[in-house]
Amino acid sequence: MSDFNFFLEVLIGGLLSGLMYSLVALGFVLIYKASGVFNFAQGAMVFLAVLSFVGFMELGLSFWAALPVTIAMMVLVGMATERFVLRPLVNQNENTLLMATIGLAFVIEGVAQLAWGVDVRRLDLGIRDEPMPWLADNFGIFVSELDITAGVVAAVMVAALAVLFSTTKAGRGLRAVADDPAAAMSIGIPLQQIWMLVWATAGVVALVAGMLWGARSGVQFALVLLALKAMPVLIIGGFTSVPGVIVAGLIVGATEKLAEVYIGPYFGGGIEGWAPYMLAVLFLLVRPEGLFGEKIIRRV
Amino acid sequence: MLYREAGQFRTTYAQDSQLLPLWQDKVGMAAILGVGFLVIPFVASDYWLSALLIPWLILSLVALGQNILMGYAGQLSLGAAGFMAVGAFACYNLILRIEGIPFLVALFLSGICSAAVGIVFGLPSLRIRGLYLAVATLASQFFIVWALDKFGWFKNYDIAGVITAQPIIIFGHNFNSPQEKYWVVLGIVVVLTLLAKNMARGSIGRGWMAVRDMDVAAEVTGLPLMWTKLQAFAISSFYCGVGGALFAFAYLQTVEPSAFTIDLSFRILFMVIIGGIGTILGSFLGAGFILLTPIFLNIFFHTVLGKAVDATVASALEQIIFGAMIITFLIVEPLGLARLWQLTKERLRLWPFPH
Amino acid sequence: MGTRTLRRTLSGVVAAGVMGLAAAPATAQEQYFGIPSSRVGPYAAMGTGYYGGIIDYINYVNIKHGGVNGVKLTYEECETEYNAARTVECYQRLLQKGDQKIVVFDTLGTPGAYAVIGRMQPDNVVLAQYGYGRTDAADGRVWPWVFNAAGHYWAQSAAHLNFIAQKEGGIDKMKGKTLVHLHIDTAYGREPIPAMRDLAAKWGFKLVEISIPPPGLEQQSMWLQIRQQRPDWVTFWGAGSGMNSTAMTSAARIGFPREKMLYVTFGGAEEDMIPAGDAAKGTYVASNAVPGKWPLIEDMEKVLYGAGKGNLQNPARVGTAYYNRGVGAAVMWVEALKNAQQMHNKVGKPVNGPEFRDGYEAIDMSEAKLKELGIHGMLAPFKLSCAKHDGAEQWRMMQWNGQKFDIVSDWLGPNDPASIRKMIEDSAAKYAGENGITPRACP
Repeated sequence: MSDFNFFLEVLIGGLLSGLMYSLVALGFVLIYKASGVFNFAQGAMVFLAVLSFVGFMELGLSFWAALPVTIAMMVLVGMATERFVLRPLVNQNENTLLMATIGLAFVIEGVAQLAWGVDVRRLDLGIRDEPMPWLADNFGIFVSELDITAGVVAAVMVAALAVLFSTTKAGRGLRAVADDPAAAMSIGIPLQQIWMLVWATAGVVALVAGMLWGARSGVQFALVLLALKAMPVLIIGGFTSVPGVIVAGLIVGATEKLAEVYIGPYFGGGIEGWAPYMLAVLFLLVRPEGLFGEKIIRRV
Repeated sequence: MLYREAGQFRTTYAQDSQLLPLWQDKVGMAAILGVGFLVIPFVASDYWLSALLIPWLILSLVALGQNILMGYAGQLSLGAAGFMAVGAFACYNLILRIEGIPFLVALFLSGICSAAVGIVFGLPSLRIRGLYLAVATLASQFFIVWALDKFGWFKNYDIAGVITAQPIIIFGHNFNSPQEKYWVVLGIVVVLTLLAKNMARGSIGRGWMAVRDMDVAAEVTGLPLMWTKLQAFAISSFYCGVGGALFAFAYLQTVEPSAFTIDLSFRILFMVIIGGIGTILGSFLGAGFILLTPIFLNIFFHTVLGKAVDATVASALEQIIFGAMIITFLIVEPLGLARLWQLTKERLRLWPFPH
Repeated sequence: MGTRTLRRTLSGVVAAGVMGLAAAPATAQEQYFGIPSSRVGPYAAMGTGYYGGIIDYINYVNIKHGGVNGVKLTYEECETEYNAARTVECYQRLLQKGDQKIVVFDTLGTPGAYAVIGRMQPDNVVLAQYGYGRTDAADGRVWPWVFNAAGHYWAQSAAHLNFIAQKEGGIDKMKGKTLVHLHIDTAYGREPIPAMRDLAAKWGFKLVEISIPPPGLEQQSMWLQIRQQRPDWVTFWGAGSGMNSTAMTSAARIGFPREKMLYVTFGGAEEDMIPAGDAAKGTYVASNAVPGKWPLIEDMEKVLYGAGKGNLQNPARVGTAYYNRGVGAAVMWVEALKNAQQMHNKVGKPVNGPEFRDGYEAIDMSEAKLKELGIHGMLAPFKLSCAKHDGAEQWRMMQWNGQKFDIVSDWLGPNDPASIRKMIEDSAAKYAGENGITPRACP
């Protein structure tokens, strides 16, 4: 294998991994955009969503029956979160809200393990996660069907969300809420409904991310830790930008893989854990609000 | 009526700048310290001392460090456990490599090492703020633990990759039993807390708070922004470093770098938020809540309910209850546990009258 | 300190006196155990299976045999969340119950074991590392209180290589082969490396070490490096079923044959294979307590789960790798207790830490004993002694067939056990030198 081919392969592998990070990061952005909350519980929501999905299938539901049931459940979770956590905490500062989502994460993790037990499960989406022979033979590039699916899903979700935000009434309300909740409320935008909508959507996004990750790595508690992979993506993309998540995901994925493969061996490897964060710091030094984040203007 | 400041006049500047101007506070503090130093070590069991009180004090100290940075200087940071690791491994190496270095000197120097690392990782704060800064500081967390884990020198090339903390020897005495360790930890925590209290209410602390409230405005009024921010990072990391060294020497004893995970960093952040941002008392209350609640829940489920409840169910329930308690606390009192104490004091002032 | 000890001694004397006076033969004798389980979080699947096995065996001994020579076994549980600091808390909490102390502690993992290892000697508690933990503790002269009676990582990695050499058709065929050691980037992952380097030099194969930062849900770059190296075999040393299953799915993504992958015991359970689905098929796994319904396991299932007294939430997990490993660990506790009672003339009475330790050191798991217990084939026969604190140092290799493990080899140990033993003794001697320990004399 020539060096250049290998480089290409690492690059492509990295980009594909990056998309998978973007899927998780998307849920964070949605909620941050609408409520200014860094939702620490997003990882737990991914776990709960996909675990419930598999759980419902174990109870005898078919794939297509379990899907709407799980979506309905995640919508309920989103509504309950709005009602019992966010509404009582309206107008609190962001540290308090952050802490509340941490409490929420504990609750969700506990509920998931209580309801479905701690057994590790597999999720078979019927999508093969092995190199597609045609690409491998002709171009020497190893891409699996699951990789392609992840890419398509990510693109569709981003497009759908972009349409939702820019054209629908709810989306415009959401943007108004994000800018200034008090002003939005005063002109009659129903804040609570908007939040409910956003949390429900984030729940669905969590389910999609969880299904793709679960198909690759199994359905288990470790999915909670995916949030750590999403964070550098978030800050590079800017907390408030949906397209930024995709671009940043690609950047993070590609850099971390290239760094691990080409720089890692000099230090005995394992630099993947911190390399994306270092990259994020470098990015932020140039653009403190991330690639696509809204420009922070500070007045005295 | 119980907590009345009426009739207590401050007639001199010295009186005005006392740490505890009210006699109730003086008596209360003296009582707490008296009980802490002289009563608890003799009545508490080894379990209470070595498994609950020592880690609580140490984590309070670390939370205090986090609070200095986050609560006073307004720099949201998530790397506390990383700086603890620096302190722990620095202390180990100082004692290992410098013949005859006194423990307290090593402890102080390990705090300094941690402070130096803190300054380096604090540099991005000059340009980055808020949540962005928080995530950026995670870089320190991951990098430090990785580096300590990776390079054998830090662990004296131990084959298992762990360090075994040396005995705590102060003035030739080996502080070995849980009581003795408790005294050491309590002494250090009290001294450093006093120092923090004085920094927080002095000009240093006012500088931090000015930066927290509006850094641009602070700079305009002539406050050296870079100096103030880095100072906060350094002092905060110093506290974390000393706390980390104590965590290794007085609590865990045998430590591997991965004991200082990101999970611990998050827990320290929780302690500060739940305890009360920008309060000294809050650091102690928050550390107590976050550290002890899961333990007490676990004890409750296992002793009170015994084996009637499936242990797996019990463990999951503990998590749910803990999370629900956090949310409830925040809804009842978003400013943290320290605020609850303040409200109690105000009640006590009026009690038994309603107004 | 002085007064405390005195007080404790006094109260002990008083208690003993009172008990002597009362001397009620009706009071049931009890032996107390502490169980530091991990039932939530990323290691929950492992913790529930393993500690479930231990608890089930304790209950089984009580129900089936009325305890050990009439001594009922009791236990208290404590949740560690697989976290070193919580493990210390649990250890201190479980340490004392009434006037009885625990005699043995088992953390099911290296981080927890290291967190308490220094407390064993002063507290007189046996640290039973069941196939994990500090390797040089196998030298009982330096580590009187620590055992790794189900094998340690150095011998295990040597056994892996032995198996690979067999597959390749002999040690001479290993020359020029390339082997990747893919491991979690922690002390535990790096632990077998000295033993592997040693053999790489002796046998003439190329050893490439690649590390995975935890939690390891994403291993694309590692596997691309592996593809570049084109190894003949990959030995995998991971932790947590997320990392373990992702390794197999990532191998599938680059088309690396699973029949050329060999997993460490801590990656080799059903919980690690199932999430990977079809990608797991063909993977080899080393086992120190072979899964399956051995006569003892079958009887436990009947006695406990038949009566609704089992500890596992999901009874289908009886007989899986972690469950059987837990049973294996508890069998050793009980055998040690039997030995201790006999050696110290305490048949029908509870024993204390030093007595239990002597009993543990005297464990002799002969073939006959294993047959009698109904676990012949599940555990390898072994015998402990004062100096030798490691067990059989033998593993059986298994292969995942998509549904369950097929056993594909008999008990297999290092090719040259003496050189492993020498490494252990050297390492223990270094530790003793650094920490001012005088190794005790062993007969």
